[in-house]
This record gives sequence, C-alpha cells and structure tokens, in this order.
Amino acid sequence: MRNQTVKAAAVVAAGLLLLSACSSNKTETPAGGGDNQACDTSKGTLIVGVIAPLSGELSALGKGIENSASLAVDQANEKCTIDGYKLQLQAEDDQKTPQLGAQAATKLSSTPNVIGVVSTLNSSVSQSVQPVFDQAGILQISPANTADALTKGEDPNNPKRAYSTYFRTCTVDGLQGPYAADYLVKDAGKKKIAIITDGLTYGEGLADSFTARATTNGAEIVTRQKIGEKDTDFSGVIAAIKPSAPDALYYGGQYPQAGPLSKQLASAGLDIPVMGGDGIFDPEYIKLGGREGDLATSVGAPTEELDSAKAFVDAYEAKGYAESFSAYGAFSYDAANVIIASAAKVVEGKEWSDDMHKDVVTAAQDYSGEGATGPVGFDEYGDSKNKTLTVYQVTSGAWKSVKTGEFEG
Amino acid sequence: MTTLLQQIANGLVLGATIGLIALGYTMVYGIIQLINFAHGEVFMVGTFGGLAVWRWVLPEDVRDDWYISLPAMLLGSIVVAVVIAVLMERFAYRPLRNAPRLAPLITALGVSVALQEAVRLWFPDADAAQPYPRVFIESQIKIGPVELEATEVLLIVVSIILAILLQAYVNKSKLGRAMRATSQDPDTARLMGVNPDRVIVVTFILGAALAGVAGVLYGANINNVDTAIGFQNGIFAFTAAVLGGIGSLRGAVIGAFIIGLIKTLGGQYLPGGTQYDYVWIFVILILVLVFRPQGLFGEAERVRA
Repeated sequence: MRNQTVKAAAVVAAGLLLLSACSSNKTETPAGGGDNQACDTSKGTLIVGVIAPLSGELSALGKGIENSASLAVDQANEKCTIDGYKLQLQAEDDQKTPQLGAQAATKLSSTPNVIGVVSTLNSSVSQSVQPVFDQAGILQISPANTADALTKGEDPNNPKRAYSTYFRTCTVDGLQGPYAADYLVKDAGKKKIAIITDGLTYGEGLADSFTARATTNGAEIVTRQKIGEKDTDFSGVIAAIKPSAPDALYYGGQYPQAGPLSKQLASAGLDIPVMGGDGIFDPEYIKLGGREGDLATSVGAPTEELDSAKAFVDAYEAKGYAESFSAYGAFSYDAANVIIASAAKVVEGKEWSDDMHKDVVTAAQDYSGEGATGPVGFDEYGDSKNKTLTVYQVTSGAWKSVKTGEFEG
Repeated sequence: MTTLLQQIANGLVLGATIGLIALGYTMVYGIIQLINFAHGEVFMVGTFGGLAVWRWVLPEDVRDDWYISLPAMLLGSIVVAVVIAVLMERFAYRPLRNAPRLAPLITALGVSVALQEAVRLWFPDADAAQPYPRVFIESQIKIGPVELEATEVLLIVVSIILAILLQAYVNKSKLGRAMRATSQDPDTARLMGVNPDRVIVVTFILGAALAGVAGVLYGANINNVDTAIGFQNGIFAFTAAVLGGIGSLRGAVIGAFIIGLIKTLGGQYLPGGTQYDYVWIFVILILVLVFRPQGLFGEAERVRA
C-alpha cells in the first residue's frame, strides 16, 4: 500500500520535472511586427548577447553592464537602426566563473541571429569565452576586460593579436597599472608600497604592470602577497606585511575583498591608503569597508563630466533600472552600439544570415564614432583607441575624481 | 618576534570561531554518528538572523548602544539557528534514524545546499557580500607587542567561556548525563529511561545556539558576511572536530585552536605564503587520520556488541 503511494508520487514528480524541462527558456520572441508600429520588423529578430556576472558578488557591475546594453538595444529599436529587424537582448549569467562563461558563450554561439555579444566583465572569464566566439566567428566586445594578454598575447615584448573577433571599449592594465604608479609615487609621494593580489588574471597583470612602473619611479615594493578568492579574514596577510612598514597598499583584485581588507588594515593598526584598479571602483567598496583616502584608477573619463555621457546618463535614469550603471555601464552602452552599428552596415538592404558574422567583425574593426565614453575606435589589436584613465579618491564617503588624463609612455 | 606573537593571536581568534562551530559537529556525531554537514549553514543562517534583527527589529536610536544591540542580535541569531536546527533534525534526520549511514550523510549535504540557496534567494541582497555592523566597542587592545581588536578579544573570551560551560553542563546536569549515556550506548540508555528523541533534539539545540553566537561575533569581527561563509568555516570546523577526536568536546575546541594556529603560522612561515594556508590545514588532517584516526582526544572506535 505504501509502496504504491510512493511509486505514484514518483511518477507524478518525474512527470512534473519533464514538463518544466521541456518548457522553453529562450527569451526571444518570434518574428512579427509586435508592439513597435513605426519600424518595419518584418524580416525578424536579431539578438545582441550579454555575458556578465548577473548574480553573485559582482552583480552590481554585471547588472550595470546588462542594463546599459539593454538601453542601447531599446534606443536602436526606437530609431529603427536596423531596417526590417527587431533587436533583442539576450543576457547570460557567468557568475564570475570561467566554466559558466564558456557555457554561456557556447549557448549564444549556437543561437541563430546573434549579431554580437557584449562580454565579459572578468578577464579570467574572457579567457574561456574568447576561443568559443572566435571559432563561431561572432563579434565579441568587452566593456571591462583590462588584462593585456587578452588582445596582445602572453608575451608583452612580442604582442600578437590572439583573436580577431575580440575587441574592447575600455583601456588596458598595461596602461592602468603604470598610470596608478605615477600617481601614487609621484603625486602622492609614497615610497614603500606593499602589494596584495587575489591571484586571478586581472589582479596579477595589474600588479605586474604597476610594479614595473613604480620601481622605475623610485619607490620600493616591500612585499607582495596573495590571498584566496573567497577569503574574508585577512588578519594573516596583514600581519605578514606589517613588519615591512609600508606607507601604501596596492591591491590587484575586486571590491568584495578589497573593502573588508581596507577596514581590517585600519583595525590592525596599519592606517595606510589602499589603491586599486577599476575592480575596486564601485560604491559597494565603500560600503564594505573602504576608507577615506583610498584610491582607485578606472578606465575612461568620469561619466558625469563628459558631455557625450550626459545623454547616456539621462536616458539610463529615465528608464528607471533598479541598479546604477556603475563602472562599466557607459562602456557597455558603447560596445552594444558598435555591435548594432556594424550589423546595420552589413545587413543594409539584405537579409541577415549567420554567414555575415565575419563581415560584422570587419565592420567593427573599422568603426569610428562618438560614444558615451568619448571617441570610440579600435586599433590593430582590438584595443580601444581611447586611452583615457582617471584616478579617484574616496572623499566624504564617495568616489571623487582627482586626476584624468592619458597615460604618456 | 612581534609577527610571531601577532600571528599566534590571529590564529587564536580564528580558532575561537571554528571552535564554537566544531562543538556542534562533535556533539551531534557523538550522539547519532552523523556528520552534520549542514551545521556550517546553521552558523551562516545565525549570522544573517542577527543581521535581520539589526536591520528590521532594532530601532534606529538604539543601534549604536552595543550593550543593547549586541544581546538583541545574539538572541535573534540563536533563535533563528535553533529553529533551523530543530526543523532540520525533525524533518531531514529523524526519519532516517534507522537508515544506512550513507542516507543521512547525503541528506545533510542536501540540507546544506538548500539552506545556502534559500538564504541567498530570500534574504534581500544576500547575493553579494553584506556589510555587518560592529556591535561592540570600537577600539584596539594592546597586549604587549600584539594588537587585537576588541571584538577579537571578545570572540576568544566568549568562545572559551561557552566551551567550559558546555563541558560543565554535559558533565554535571541530568540532561548532560543522558547525552553521555546515549552517546556511549543508545540501547542501554533507552533501557535506563532516557528518551533518545529528546536528547537528540537538545544536542542539536545546544550546537545551534553555539553556532548562532559564533555567527554574530564572526560578523561583528569581519564586518562582512555572505552566504558562502557557512561552507568555508564549516569545513574548518569539521576538520577541527576530526583532528581533536570526533565525539570529544575538549578535542573539538583544542583541535579548533590548532587549526587556527596552523592557518596563520603556516601562511606566515611556510613556503607559498598566505595563498597556501588552507593546504597546510588539510595536510595535517590527512596525517592525523593516517596515523591516529581517532584524533587527539578521541577513543578508538569500539565495535558495539
């Protein structure tokens, strides 16, 4: 009697599971005019993909990227940028892990009508995503990857473009690190600097380029330590750097760890400023423990100060997204617009077919225009021609820009 | 020398947190021979329970008075942790009391994942790390050349006091005697009039209460919590309990302090630096299990007649 009930329940449960698995989780709607009366969307839908950490600790940055790309897609739909087609955003979550990033990339590359993908946030995830899109020939533009190796290859003295489908709208750590070093050593006058990294691609690369420049500028790197990705208790590593009496700490990594690290530094009696790269440039950093006087560099000029950005900021706020556009929103917006413009150029008067992917890549390489971050264009490696960087400092509980410029040699 | 003493102090602080959690692991194993992998999540749930009290129960003006907010958060944390533990025992473990040992083990893993995801999805903003208030005196205490935060000293002191109280309770009280009897021989204990269900629930409650206290003090110390802390600290606590001899209260606490010291001293002095500190903890665990499987204070496994 009991066995029969169990069996029946098992059958029902299996049936329910099957049903839920069968339901489609694709977000695209089939072709048809739909809600947009003004545009001709008779030829179908084209998809702009996004791969970013939409959940997990970096979701504030990831959501900013997704929303900004979504804004670009909506604006393109209103302006009927690609005649005959409706644009749709398909966002995938990579949760900051390379495996999930590669899975998302595979999913997007086998989805028909994808014109390009805005991805990724983390340099370590991009390393798994690049080969997938390269094989499919699909355009990939990153709003936030800053590791040099992604465009120039492993050997810094012998740059070789790794993937012809990969571009980025932000500038690179090879410039960001030295720019930070110039500020920290020459402008802030710090002579004994300790370095801590989280061991990942981005942090290590940034710390390397920082070290080279800081040493040339005459500062001493007193020690370099690594922490684990998931660490929350930094008392061990702080006690390890304390004897060298540093007057500043350069951190290569992201804000979920940098914030608590800064707070614990002060608690341990080491009241020195923490400086980091664009990975710590987020209001969450201050909430999690960043102190007054901490510094960060970020790519591009401050969004609030650029005229070209004002239109973007106003449009973003008008849409009423739950999350702020954060550090990479403007870059993501520009990246999405490059994808849309390149596809528009290729599709002009024709029918889209997935063979056109390589033409879209070529169009992107030759793209030149004004974006929210300033002039947008790519050099022979796929790097942005816009090499502006800004130093920010935590002042009265918020990030304020203190210096903007291009890194000079 | 200063660094050595400072790292020893840091190790003791870590050991204090782990010790409170390890006591829960070791007690439950002693009674029902189950490694409750979900105990780390009970710690995490307690932490978030305390945070919930801070955010939604405490009125604004009272928040800065730590002598009001700290007990309130501790109370909230203990209540939430105990409720979760009791529910866990009642619905996940009790039905499997007579099942082969593997079944409750897998259930424990399942409960662990379920709790982690439940908090992540339903606690507002638990997706990312959350700042945690420092509900204690904000000052550094200098003991000789070693500098410690007041919250760190609090953690060590509370941990040792609670461990001693627990040991006294288990040794002297009637329920404690029942717990010891059940862990030695459950059938005979039942013959002697001990209600095994009640004893087991009390064990879970005590373990959860300790984990709840550990949760709030950990949060106040580190000022930053996320849903992954349960898994991390749970692994350390489990290692500590095994190292000290699973089933022995004294062993759990001493094992925890040893693990804390290994992590900080290993990170400081052994090759590889702070990135390899986890490695040394687990190397020690493997060595202990190979050469002395019962741990430092445990008894060699007796075959029950």
